[in-house]
Amino acid sequence: MSIAQFLTIFISAVFIYNVILSRFLGLCSFVAISKETRPALAMSLAVMFVTTMSSIITWFIYRFLLIPFNITYLRTISFILVIATFVQFVEMVIKKISPPLYRFFGIYLPLITVNCAVFGVAVLNIDMFFINGEAIRASFYYSVFQGLCVGLGYTLAMLLMSGIRERLDFCNVPKAVKDFPLAFIIASIMSLSFLGFNGFRF
Amino acid sequence: MDILIPILTLGSLGLIFGIGLAVASKKLSVEVDPRLEAIHGLLPGANCGACGGAGCFGFAESLLSGKASIDACRVAEEKTKEQIAKLLGKKLEKKIKRTAVLRCNGGSKVKDKFIYQGIKDCVDANLVLGGQKECSFGCLGFGTCVAVCPFGAIKMSEEGLPIVDKNKCRACNKCVLVCPKKLFSLIPVTHNVYVACNSHELGKDTKAVCPVGCIACKLCEKACKFDAIHVIDNLAVIDYNKCTSCGECVKVCPMKTIISRPGLVSKTGS
Repeated sequence: MSIAQFLTIFISAVFIYNVILSRFLGLCSFVAISKETRPALAMSLAVMFVTTMSSIITWFIYRFLLIPFNITYLRTISFILVIATFVQFVEMVIKKISPPLYRFFGIYLPLITVNCAVFGVAVLNIDMFFINGEAIRASFYYSVFQGLCVGLGYTLAMLLMSGIRERLDFCNVPKAVKDFPLAFIIASIMSLSFLGFNGFRF
Repeated sequence: MDILIPILTLGSLGLIFGIGLAVASKKLSVEVDPRLEAIHGLLPGANCGACGGAGCFGFAESLLSGKASIDACRVAEEKTKEQIAKLLGKKLEKKIKRTAVLRCNGGSKVKDKFIYQGIKDCVDANLVLGGQKECSFGCLGFGTCVAVCPFGAIKMSEEGLPIVDKNKCRACNKCVLVCPKKLFSLIPVTHNVYVACNSHELGKDTKAVCPVGCIACKLCEKACKFDAIHVIDNLAVIDYNKCTSCGECVKVCPMKTIISRPGLVSKTGS
């Protein structure tokens, strides 16, 4: 466990393998909620919370339940269980503290449950930090940190996207590509530029 | 026996999370006024936005918080408005229902000044030299109002003029806003007479392009016993505060421009 390891995880999760722009996970909320910066930030925080918390819980479940009982094939359903619980929890909290935000999220908040980004992190943690059914050294800290960093990567992509789309509101674009088509075009250009971190391997 | 372990593991996980959520939902519960649902259920649900709220749900919320008055909803029936007012513990002030009328009777009677081959939409056609009709004030007849009406109250007649169904019209104002020629106006249902022309051209210029346009002859002004109709800027205008729908102006109008509603638009042309 060294700082270099954490730095590697940070850079790879936020930039090189950015969950949205390089791994293409969790795209529905990325396109739907990125019209304005404030809701985009709130959504990102919700996702970050869920990824971090689910990383913690799923690690424990995998290490102390699934491996000892030799039922690792149950990881998908048990992870979804964890994620769904946390999403429900976040939903309640948001409904309590900010009803307008709750209404703005609409269906996308409960949809974090099946947001592939969140589940992707949980599975990724297991794939990266468990070798042959054994946790590697400091794998718990790595998992939690990676959960947080993927959330940060999501936040970065959301903020970039919402910033661009907010400014594009003032631009005179052809009616045919207004709104979602334009968002797709922007997303693909952003994704191309993020591939630059990857070194363009053909 | 092997199946027991996964069942127990998943079952207990589900149980733990379930209990956690149950506790959280008790702690974080938000009390919603039951009247909110009731009011939302009573509102028309057209989400037309004519009240200024963000859809019917938004309107229901501002009703509850006292920020809006039930009168703001132009769509709801009087009966439902009364029910909602009762729920809110307020009294409903009676307002006369209004419906839209088209202030043009030209349609196919007015010739085209050029062949328009663009998009079949009034707003678009209006961008090309103010539309293809000889009369620059008249209805273009592409039926944008028909498309925009959320209640299906507007139909195109054979003459190429939109006809408003008095019973279906809820005065939501959408057609008034969308018409590029600003031809629709909302008049109280208690009044039947209206001027089916919007042309401010001089009398002879109007007559040259339209057989039923207002020529500003002022006969209606003289015939009216209530001082309710005046020719302003070459166009007869009815003051509905004074008008009694007596129909004198309808009788004297030489161009049949002034119309009494029950015998709607299409019959008066010939």
